[in-house]
Amino acid sequence: MATILDTRELTPVTKLLVLEAPLVARHARPGQFVILRVDPHGERVPISLTDYDPVSGTITLVVQHVGKTSGLLCALAPGDDVLDLAGPLGRPVQLPEQGHAVLVGGGFGAGAIHPLARELSARHVGVTVIIGARTAELVILRDLLEPASDELLVCTDDGSVGYHGFTASLLAELLERGASFTDCLAVGPMAMMRAVADVTRPYELRTLVSLDPIMLDGTGMCGACRVTVGGETKFACIDGPFFDAHAVDFDEAVVRSKMYVEDERSAVELAGAV
Amino acid sequence: MPVLYPTKTEMPALDPAERRACWDEVAVGYTVERALAEARRCVQCQDPLCEQGCPVGVPIRDFIRRVAVEDFAGAADVIRTRNVLPAICGRVCPVEHQCEARCAVLGRLEPVGIGRLERFVADWERAHPRDGAVVAPAPRAEKIAVVGSGPAGLTAASDLARLGYAVTVFEALHALGGVLRYGIPEFRLPKAIVDEEVERLRALGVEFETNVLVGRTVTIDELLDELGYSAVFVGTGAGAPKFLGVPGENLTGVYSANEYLTRVNLMRAYSFPEYDTPVARPTRAVVVGAGDTAMDAVRVSIRLGAEGAHVVYRRSEDEMGARAEDYRRAVEEGAIFEWLTLPTRFLGDEDGRVRAVECVRTRLAEPDESGRRSPVVIPGSETVIEANLVVIALGTSPNPLVPQTTAGLETDAHGCVVSDPQTGATSRAGVFAGGDIATGAATVILAMGAGRRAATAIHDYLRKEVDHGDFVG
Repeated sequence: MATILDTRELTPVTKLLVLEAPLVARHARPGQFVILRVDPHGERVPISLTDYDPVSGTITLVVQHVGKTSGLLCALAPGDDVLDLAGPLGRPVQLPEQGHAVLVGGGFGAGAIHPLARELSARHVGVTVIIGARTAELVILRDLLEPASDELLVCTDDGSVGYHGFTASLLAELLERGASFTDCLAVGPMAMMRAVADVTRPYELRTLVSLDPIMLDGTGMCGACRVTVGGETKFACIDGPFFDAHAVDFDEAVVRSKMYVEDERSAVELAGAV
Repeated sequence: MPVLYPTKTEMPALDPAERRACWDEVAVGYTVERALAEARRCVQCQDPLCEQGCPVGVPIRDFIRRVAVEDFAGAADVIRTRNVLPAICGRVCPVEHQCEARCAVLGRLEPVGIGRLERFVADWERAHPRDGAVVAPAPRAEKIAVVGSGPAGLTAASDLARLGYAVTVFEALHALGGVLRYGIPEFRLPKAIVDEEVERLRALGVEFETNVLVGRTVTIDELLDELGYSAVFVGTGAGAPKFLGVPGENLTGVYSANEYLTRVNLMRAYSFPEYDTPVARPTRAVVVGAGDTAMDAVRVSIRLGAEGAHVVYRRSEDEMGARAEDYRRAVEEGAIFEWLTLPTRFLGDEDGRVRAVECVRTRLAEPDESGRRSPVVIPGSETVIEANLVVIALGTSPNPLVPQTTAGLETDAHGCVVSDPQTGATSRAGVFAGGDIATGAATVILAMGAGRRAATAIHDYLRKEVDHGDFVG
């Protein structure tokens, strides 16, 4: 059980939750996630950590309302409890000790790159952050990312703020103009991460993406989250979630992520009907 | 010697046709009359070899004698001196390889149904709760951490609590019981029984912390060095599922048995969408492997709608690892067994869903030096079995998380924590291990035996520490 201490509506469909979770906050490292369950009939859902503070014993999550469980999470208010919360899970991401990293966050993936940006800044590694959204009102977490980066670039699909286009397109332009990045880390929708991988491949820029396949236990027990990386099967929950973007089999990852799309739709419809 | 009825008293069971559509427990259990009849088949040997076949040393002859004279409470007390989970063992123990394999009447007659009688006694006890059964032990100062709430952890926790220690059990999942919860289906082990056993431990003062993944949420080093635990028992089980490593294994609809059974048993996917977790609803299933888990998986697939449910195994029926009773139940429920068959490839449709399994037939070579007969592929024997669900039930390897995150904890080439088989002592002082994390995938009762031995060893270890401290002080 974890109590919600604070919430903030970031967009009409995205919410920031601050939860009391002292053990998770104490042990969390950049790139890790937690698994939540909201009610006794609920599923286990993995969510990346947006922040953690061992001093206050709190963790911060960003949740986008995309399905039944995320909808229930977004409806919670301060004082409410989350039934089950386990973590931190996954292997901490291997961050560079020097150089200049470009971090790309698509949609609510902006939350997951925050701990990376903060850790890199603390190591005095250069940090350029690119975040993107469909339109200006959906751009999130600028306030959190600005102090954690040297440069924060915003993209919108409709051009309502910042660069007019996708994050991967902006990244391509920066690289064409000779930006000397040593590392790239991307978190967001599968299509975006794939596009980033395609952009950085010709430059042989070390690129890591955070895969979020379907998970069940999140402890390495079931293999639901298996992904093919460099021809080998890996479990995202214990070998990842970050993997070499240029070695990930995205075709397979996309297919596996859609395995229960019809079931999810029916669960949402049923929840709506109740 | 009285004339004995040659076969075991029959275990009443649900009709196979009924079973295919429900999750109720299949074996209904003995009535008093049947239990008495079966108990009276026991010849009360002078030297009961059956007891040597029991990994936890249940005084079998004595408990059966008490059943025979209708002292069921006495029988329960006798069993509980050695076995803290009798309602579970009476259902899932591979008795034909253990106690019943050593029964004196075996050879001429069917052995005494020891497992069925154990279950009867445990169920009788559940139905007749007794007051004052729990005697509070004199509390001791030391705290002990048990990692994992499966059969090894529950047994160790029970024994340590009875010795007066303050025991906390840490469980990574949101529900307690380990493999008893996520692995064994309701129709073979009702979850209410697991709940009761956990409650029994709570009554003894054992505390449970769910959602704590030791190695991530807290480390063993912290438990020992910062959080005041004097010893740790590691019973984290066999974590990682094994796959075949053949093409197409990551098609959707191909599951590890751990995933398939966890979705159904822990997350109750059979009640989707009442419960949120979905699972594939097969029309044709293929289960790879022939151990207990494979039997559970194929029987689950039948209950979820598989019309054709195949079990493929690269060896023959004689080498099968499953309990005889579960194999028989699977056959009754319509499972089709393809012996001497090895999957070579999974074939998918245009959407990446599995549609068939390509296999080759095998024959068994002459026994090698270890006595094992290796399967040899028969050239040109390719065959294709249609399937929209595949479950890989080839066993598991130990979960690497605790060894990876604990300083000075040695593992062997298989990833098992190296520990003394008699005491569970590991390379790290104060850390003991038992069950599948130490042995590789085995059975509930072997894990319980290891938990029990480790509890005794932890007690000895702590008393020595105390004595040593007194001496120095």
